[in-house]
Amino acid sequence: MEDGLILDSAISQNGKKNKPFVQIRGLTKKFGEITAVDNIDLDIYQGELFCLLGGSGCGKSTLLRMLAGFEFPESGTISIDGIDMSQVPAYERPTNMMFQSYALFPHMTVGENIAFGLQQDKISKTEISDRVNDILKLVELEGYIKRRPQQLSGGQMQRVALARALVKKPKLLLLDEPLAALDKKLRKQTQFELANIQEQVGVTFIVVTHDQEEAMTLSSRMAVMDMGKFKQIGTPTEIYEFPESRFVADFIGSANIFEGKVINSKAGHVTVSTDVGELIVNYGQSVSEGKNIWIGIRPEKIHLSKTITKKLDGNHIKGVVEEIGYLGETSIYKVRLENGQIIDVSAPNQSRPMNQARGITWEDVVYLSWEPESAMLLNS
Amino acid sequence: MNAGKHDSFINSIMRRLQENWRTVVIIIPFIWLLMFFLFPFFIVAKISLAEIKIASPPFTKMVDWSDGGIMTVRIVFDNFLYIINDSLYVDTYFNSVKIASTATIISLLLGYPIAYGIVRSGPIAKPILLFMVILPFWTSFLLRVYAWMGLLADQGTINNLLISLGFINEPIRMLYTEFAVYIGIVYTYMPFMILPLYANMEKLDGSLNEAAADLGSKPINTFFKVTLPLTMPGVIAGSLLVFIPATGEYVIPDLLGGGNVQMIGRVLFNEFSRNTDWPVASAVAIAMLFLLVLPIIIFQYYQGKAAEDK
Repeated sequence: MEDGLILDSAISQNGKKNKPFVQIRGLTKKFGEITAVDNIDLDIYQGELFCLLGGSGCGKSTLLRMLAGFEFPESGTISIDGIDMSQVPAYERPTNMMFQSYALFPHMTVGENIAFGLQQDKISKTEISDRVNDILKLVELEGYIKRRPQQLSGGQMQRVALARALVKKPKLLLLDEPLAALDKKLRKQTQFELANIQEQVGVTFIVVTHDQEEAMTLSSRMAVMDMGKFKQIGTPTEIYEFPESRFVADFIGSANIFEGKVINSKAGHVTVSTDVGELIVNYGQSVSEGKNIWIGIRPEKIHLSKTITKKLDGNHIKGVVEEIGYLGETSIYKVRLENGQIIDVSAPNQSRPMNQARGITWEDVVYLSWEPESAMLLNS
Repeated sequence: MNAGKHDSFINSIMRRLQENWRTVVIIIPFIWLLMFFLFPFFIVAKISLAEIKIASPPFTKMVDWSDGGIMTVRIVFDNFLYIINDSLYVDTYFNSVKIASTATIISLLLGYPIAYGIVRSGPIAKPILLFMVILPFWTSFLLRVYAWMGLLADQGTINNLLISLGFINEPIRMLYTEFAVYIGIVYTYMPFMILPLYANMEKLDGSLNEAAADLGSKPINTFFKVTLPLTMPGVIAGSLLVFIPATGEYVIPDLLGGGNVQMIGRVLFNEFSRNTDWPVASAVAIAMLFLLVLPIIIFQYYQGKAAEDK
C-alpha cells in the first residue's frame, strides 16, 4: 500500500472505509474510586461531525477533556492524524475547544480574543488581522471586533467562542455543550448554522451534548454513553430505529418495552412469547431460541384503532384509553393493556380533535397494532 | 379593586420606609466620618498654620479678638517652609516612601503565590490556610513586634541558633537595621496583601486558563497574558492596603529600626511629644496626608473602573 493512496482516499466522501482520523484505544480515566471513562475504543473519521451523547456523569466530558489535553488517561491511547497524543500537553495539540461557558477572555476585545491563539504561533500581524477578519465574516460578527465579551449577547458570545476555536484551523474541533447556554429558539437556529459552518470549513467536529434532539440534528454519527462506556455507536437513524439495548431505546426518544422469550427464530423473523401474547419481529437479526429478550416499539409506530384490522399479521393488543395528552401537532394516548401495562401511543392530529366524528376518547376500547418491521429486539 | 388599592398603599409605606432606612444607613457612617475624620483634619490643618507658643495649648490662636473689637487672623506658612527646607523632613519622606514601596513589592511577590496556592488548594486545606493567614490578628500587634525583637536581637533566637550550629562566630546585626523594618512591615501587612488577592483570584474562571492552553499558550505566557491582567484589581487593592499604612508606620521603625531608620511616623511623634512643636507636627501630618492622597485616588479610580466593567 502506498501512502499517497491512503491519503487520497481519506479525503474522499465515504470516510468509513478509510483510516480513522482519531483513534482511541483502551482509554481509561479514573477520579479516585470513580471510573469516568472505562476502557473505550473509538474511531472518528476525517470531516465527521461526531456527537457524544449521554446524561450527566456518563464520562462524555471527561473523554472530550482527554482529547483536548486537560486530563490525562490512566491507560490507553489517543491518536490524532496518526500521532499519539495521550501525553502531549494541551498547548501542543492540534485541537481547539469551544467551552460550555465560552471562556472568553473578559479583558480582551472580540478581535484580541480571536487573535490570541494565532499570536502563539508567531504569525505576522497582517496575516493575523486577515484571518481574524475572515473568521468574523464566517460567523457574521464583522462589526463587533472592538467589542468586549461583556457587551455581547449570549448568541454573539457563542459565535465569538466558535470563531476563536476555528481560527487556528485545528485538525479537530471539540465542542462542549456548544448550545446549552442559548434559549430554545436560538438553539434550534444555531444547530443548523453550526452544521453549515462545519460543512464549509471541513474540520472534524466532536460535540458533547446531553440533548438528544441536538445530537440527532447535528451529527453524522453519534455515540451514546453511559457509566464511562459506549452503549451504541452509529448514525442518528441507526441509533433511533435500530437500538441494540433497552438503555439506548429508552434514552433516545421513548419506547414501549415488552419482556419475553424467543420461541421461534428464523432469519429476520422472530416470534417472542410475552404476557400480552405472541409478538413477531421482522428484523435482520437472528437470536437463539429460548432466550429471554425485550421487544421495543416506539409510540409513533403504533396504529390505534377502535376496530381490529386483519390486514397486519399478528401484533394486535387490546387496551383501554386511560389518558390523552394533547401536544398540538400530536397527541399522546396512554393505553392500559389487560395485564395492566401502560403503553404510549402518539398519533398526529391531522384534523382538529373536536371535529373528529369517530375520534378516540377516554375509556374507549382500542386495538393497538404495528408492523413486525417496526419492532425492535433489545438486549438488557 | 379595593384590595389592589390597599396593597399599593401598604407598598408605598414600605417603600418610603425602605428609602428612609437607606438614608439612615448612609447618614450614620457619614456623620461618623465627619466628626472623627473631617473635623479633626481641619483642627490639625488649623494648627499647622499656627506658631509654637509656650502655653496650653502650645500654639497661637488663628483668630484673635483684641480689645478694640479688632479681629486678627494669623496664618503662618513657616511650618511648611520649614519642613520643605530642612533636608531631614524631605529625606524622611522619601525614605518612608522608599521603605513602604519596597515592602509592598516584597509583600506582593510573596503574597501572590501564597494567595494562588490557597485558591488552588483542596476543600479541606483551603479554610485552614485562610485561617492561618488571619491567625496573627488574634495576638496583639505590639506583642508580635516585640517577639520579632527577641528573634532578631544580637543575642536573640536566630543568632544563638546560627552560632550554636556553627554557621557563624559573631552575631549578625539584624535588629535596629532597615532589614528588620522590612521584616516587620512585610510580616505585619502580609494578610492585607493576601486577602484581596485571594478574593480576586477566587472569582477567576478556571476555564480561562484552559482556554489559553488550548489556544497554544504555554503556562508562563498564560500567566502574564491572562491571569495577571485579570488579578490586577486584587494586586492594586492589596498593594494600597500595604503601602498606605506602611508609609505612616510608627511602631515598627521605632522598635525594630531604632534610631537608624527614619520614617515619617517617628518624626511626627518626636515633634509632637518630645519637642512639643504641635504646629510643625501638624504640618508634617498634613504633608503626609497629601503624599498618601495620590495613591488613594489611583485606588478609587481603579475600583470605579472595575465596577464599570461589571
